[in-house]
Amino acid sequence: MSPPAAATPTDLAIDVTGVTKRFGEKTVVNAIDLAVRRGEIYGFLGPNGSGKTTFIRMLCGLLTPDAGTGTCLGYDVRSQQAEIKRHVGYMTQKFSYYEDLSIRENLDFIARIYAVPDRRAAVQRSLDRLGLANRSHQIAGQLSGGWKQRLALAACLIHEPKLLLLDEPTAGVDPKARREFWDEIHQLAADGLTVLITTHYMDEAERCHRLAYLAYGHLLTRGTLAEVLAAAKLTTWSITGPDLRTLATTLRDRAGVEQVVAFGNTLHVSGRDAARLTATIAAVRDPRHDWKQITSGLEDVFISLMDEAKDNFA
Amino acid sequence: MPRFTFHRLWAIVLKEFIQMKRDRVTFGIMIGIPLMQLMMFGFAINSDPRHLPAALRVADQGPFARTLVQALRTSDYFAFVHETSDEAEAQRLLQLGDVQFVINIPADFTRQLLRGERPTVLIEADATDPAATGPALAAVNALAATVFNRDLPGPLARLRAKDGPVDFRVHAHYNPENITQFNVVPGLMGVVLTMTMVIITALAITRERERGTMENLLATPVRPFEVIVGKILPYIVVGYIQVSLILVAAHFVFDVPMVGSLPLLYVVSLLFIAANLAVGITFSTLAKNQLQAVQMAFFFFLPSILLSGFMFPFRGMPDWAQAVGSCLPNTHFLRIVRGILLKGNGFSEIAPHLWPLLVFLVIAMTIGVKRYRQTLD
Ligand SMILES: Nc1ncnc2c1ncn2[C@@H]1O[C@H](COP(=O)(O)OP(=O)(O)O)[C@@H](O)[C@H]1O
Ligand SMILES: [Mg+2]
Repeated sequence: MSPPAAATPTDLAIDVTGVTKRFGEKTVVNAIDLAVRRGEIYGFLGPNGSGKTTFIRMLCGLLTPDAGTGTCLGYDVRSQQAEIKRHVGYMTQKFSYYEDLSIRENLDFIARIYAVPDRRAAVQRSLDRLGLANRSHQIAGQLSGGWKQRLALAACLIHEPKLLLLDEPTAGVDPKARREFWDEIHQLAADGLTVLITTHYMDEAERCHRLAYLAYGHLLTRGTLAEVLAAAKLTTWSITGPDLRTLATTLRDRAGVEQVVAFGNTLHVSGRDAARLTATIAAVRDPRHDWKQITSGLEDVFISLMDEAKDNFA
Repeated sequence: MPRFTFHRLWAIVLKEFIQMKRDRVTFGIMIGIPLMQLMMFGFAINSDPRHLPAALRVADQGPFARTLVQALRTSDYFAFVHETSDEAEAQRLLQLGDVQFVINIPADFTRQLLRGERPTVLIEADATDPAATGPALAAVNALAATVFNRDLPGPLARLRAKDGPVDFRVHAHYNPENITQFNVVPGLMGVVLTMTMVIITALAITRERERGTMENLLATPVRPFEVIVGKILPYIVVGYIQVSLILVAAHFVFDVPMVGSLPLLYVVSLLFIAANLAVGITFSTLAKNQLQAVQMAFFFFLPSILLSGFMFPFRGMPDWAQAVGSCLPNTHFLRIVRGILLKGNGFSEIAPHLWPLLVFLVIAMTIGVKRYRQTLD
């Protein structure tokens, strides 16, 4: 592997501005700026069809941006795609290794493509590391979701990339496997790897160093978890007590109420306009219920952002 | 700009081999097709048909005429199912297809023969299928020279003349390039390779795209040329298995003569196999899905079998068909195979058919590499 001589000295693994992609009339990714520091786990969130996959594909040279400039690992995203491909590990949303090859054969194939030095040992190391060693002869197509995901992770790590792009890696994977997967991601980041990961799970979002939220191709918010929560300026009340179902119906569509979410024995009511929300609550307040203002959760924030985006862009 | 590297090419080659090994059905078909075609074309389709229905119109009752009829009968090619003296009826039989031939022996046959005037025997042939009539007519010509050898002894021997005592005249536009099993079996080599090689690689890239593995492949530094050559090389091995299978059958089952050099045939086959694989790859880069790819392959296969000189004698085809045929690799390969096996051609004789194959290969490869998209755009 050639040394990253062409890389400009920077502590940013990804540094792009104004990245735009259109498919026909539709602008799928709209002028996105993103800076990801080296060694950081960056969470990329957003509803289905918001342009996450498209954006990642532009980062690793699979799609050509219609507008925008920037670098990935110091290489120009428009002109140095071949260099980027050599140093990036990309895990596609849909499993895209060979279903008719065994685990080992898939890893061997990828290792050969990247001319990994001492291939045999590298493949064995990667099998061991991800606990695939005693299944190495299994045909990939017969693996369950969790094992396929491990294989995919092993395969995109085998050439020791400096940046990992993971597109919904944990979709359809059970909680224990997800937990182990994230432990692995944190270990990799601790070793200096940069990770950009898309997910729909809030608990995963909270395990990222920083986050960005995308909807309709627009980047709506970004920052650390605390920054994102603070920037949302969302007010949330938690209510406990009897007959919450009736209360929920009463509250919906009232001024200032944007979300009414029922949990087991509590109701969360949120809105961006704190004054109007408080006024509405004062009007419907019933002494049988226990009202408490709480900090908004990430999910509340994202849903609020999406509703706002729907008004603006859809 | 990153250049071609062998390790990436090799990665593709090995991967394709493993996938081929796993896909037993396809591999079975690759081996089964040559066997099936050998059965069909080699056995079922008899291209040296005998006992063809014929009508006799004999106006001369002399012994020479009888000898001639007897000789035609024993040649096995003719089954005289009608005898008539009426010319119009004879024509009708021919037109209806009741007979393939009408053989006319004129009234003064014996007289002319004895005078040494080379009487004309008119053979009217239904040459709709030249492959069917060709061998029979060839037999007649062979028979003409010797039929009266016993009947014209001593002083009459002068009548034997060097071009035979009888002038057989054939009324039919028929092709002299008669097809026999010796012609068909070597020809099958080109047909089988065209069919299987094009289809197998036509699927190669559309399959990766349909299964989603293309996205991964494109995310690696692999180059178009490496992918394409990597996908071609394993199937060259399969192509050679097919060539060998047909040669073995040709020799042991069909007794096809092998006059020329087999090593030469093996070497030049490489060009033809590669050309067909490259065509398949090119289709594969053009097709949106596997079904389209197969359709394109079939579209290429039809002229390759019909206009290459395999099905019909090449020189019997209209000019446009010959022009199309000349652009197809199979046309040139057929001539090479038949040339080497049957005529004992060497390199210099087949060279004129080699460069069209080479040109074809280069063009197909270039289109394939150019059309291979390196992004998902
Ligand atoms: N190749 C393509 N051609 C046309 N439209 C596309 C293509 N790829 C994605 N899209 C559209 O772009 C939008 C964003 O898709 P995607 O990036 O996959 O979103 P996400 O990954 O966030 O779910 C979707 O509406 C999708 O239909
Ligand atoms: Mg996606």
